Amino acid sequence: MSLTDLTLHAMQQRLRNKEVTSVELTRAFLERIGSVDPSINAYLTVTAEQALEDAARADRRLAEGQGAELTGIPLALKDIFITEGVRTTCASRILENFVPPYDGTAVAKLKEQGAVLLGKLNMDEFAMGSSNENSAFGAVKNPWNLDYVPGGSSGGSAACIAARLAAATLGTDTGGSIRQPAANCGVVGLKPTYGRVSRYGVIAFASSLDQVGPIARDVEDCAILLQAVAGYDAADSTSVDMPVPDYRATLRDGVKGLKIGLPREYFIEGLDPDVQQATDDAIAVLRELGAELVEVALPHTEYAVACYYLIATAEASSNLARYDGVRYGRRVDRGQGLIDMFMQSRAAGFGPEVKRRIMLGTYALSSGYYDAYYLKAQKVRTLIRQDFLDAFAKVDVMLTPVAPTPAFRLGEKLADPLQMYLSDIFTIPVNLAGTCGMSLPCGLSRDGLPIGLQLIGRPFGEAALLKAAYAYEQATTWHRHLAPL
Amino acid sequence: MKITRAQVEHVARLARLALADAELDALTDEMDAILGYVETLNSLDTDHIVPTSHAVPMENAFRDDTVRPSLGTMKAVQNAPAAAGGCFVVPKVIE
Repeated sequence: MSLTDLTLHAMQQRLRNKEVTSVELTRAFLERIGSVDPSINAYLTVTAEQALEDAARADRRLAEGQGAELTGIPLALKDIFITEGVRTTCASRILENFVPPYDGTAVAKLKEQGAVLLGKLNMDEFAMGSSNENSAFGAVKNPWNLDYVPGGSSGGSAACIAARLAAATLGTDTGGSIRQPAANCGVVGLKPTYGRVSRYGVIAFASSLDQVGPIARDVEDCAILLQAVAGYDAADSTSVDMPVPDYRATLRDGVKGLKIGLPREYFIEGLDPDVQQATDDAIAVLRELGAELVEVALPHTEYAVACYYLIATAEASSNLARYDGVRYGRRVDRGQGLIDMFMQSRAAGFGPEVKRRIMLGTYALSSGYYDAYYLKAQKVRTLIRQDFLDAFAKVDVMLTPVAPTPAFRLGEKLADPLQMYLSDIFTIPVNLAGTCGMSLPCGLSRDGLPIGLQLIGRPFGEAALLKAAYAYEQATTWHRHLAPL
Repeated sequence: MKITRAQVEHVARLARLALADAELDALTDEMDAILGYVETLNSLDTDHIVPTSHAVPMENAFRDDTVRPSLGTMKAVQNAPAAAGGCFVVPKVIE
């Protein structure tokens, strides 16, 4: 087995047993990035020199017996995390040359542990997209089949893990941007509860929905990475001051007696038959393991996509107002005054999907339309959130598909924004409710593409979520299937 | 039509986006389709529903008011397209 095929927890073991060094691991990944990534396009920036220096420092720390959980582990980050001294673009022309002057909290925590940063990963521009085709720096290809999308917006992160180009990554999830690409690429992704991980130093898309989470090879790796970044941060007033449990301590507790809800609104007509079959098989596995499966209702599911595209675009239009060509980012100045400079800079810097969402959000917030669109959507959000709270009064975890279909072909949905939005139909409600959800591999389609299973947990119920996911994963072999690269 | 081309032009000005004619045409159709789709929300009676602006119930978030180092002027302007003397340079605003 090559070093890059190892899970993060297997790497930890080998580092501790002195069977491998961080420099060896880092070299192995850098070599593989050089040979494999030209066909995937997962990396926007590779920080090879810095990575090797950090790996050497990690090896010294390990030799002194001062290692932390992630010391010497080669990681990569979605290019939405600002990193001191390392270009951070959010896959947008407007930030093409932006070099952040400080690290965000999650990045600082990884660095304190001595993790090695291999580079920054491709994504949909400003995290807006479901296919990673909205990157200003080229689409990412699905490592399972290069004609297919990896999903989005953390498509580079999911493809990076599927192609074994880093041990694990952090992504962000606003409407499914960790879970949907993880499903498309056959890896494990976790969107924590809103407020569980600090968003300080994460470029904002929709601030009431954005959340940071891990994408990794298996459930245990996700637990390790979540443990490293979870917790209250005074620099993010929306982070929640609540103790962080030891996620690995309860990982192996099993699902006997666990109540798992099946929301009937998610098992709809039009669900791809392979997805339906894989989900049914997963239900049977969990039942066999002793879980109790019961039908539940999330009656406002059909309104979630419409609700999301008003709230997310409204918040985005406000957040993206800061890109004005003054403090950072691209400037186009024709000498026709300040307003013209703003308008030209933004027109040149943003791609079509970002412009579309800014326009929609600006409209939804504009005078005369605010009540009909934005306020209405916020009220519907209350109903959707209440659906989840009602369901969680009856069950511990819910189980659904991650998406109605496996990955689609490159270009297939580009011409129709609405169809693209609907690919997030099963992931969006979790963000609106503000709770946690996971995607894990549960099958392969007849075309050989991965299928994802979604488990949804109670607010701050990540430990139960990981426990259920681990039990399922260990009873199946899907997480051991590697993309043929 | 949910939205007219003239409204789209107005919104583009509000959003400070200089859009080409072809972009305005395409956006008129796309926004019309999307706004048509979100009309589905109107089938729900929400008269007595309190809006949710935040998924986790939260009161004011306070922290200690302690002095700590800030970024500093040089770092703050290092990414500016134009800076002079630690200030951001912008086109002339007042004639």
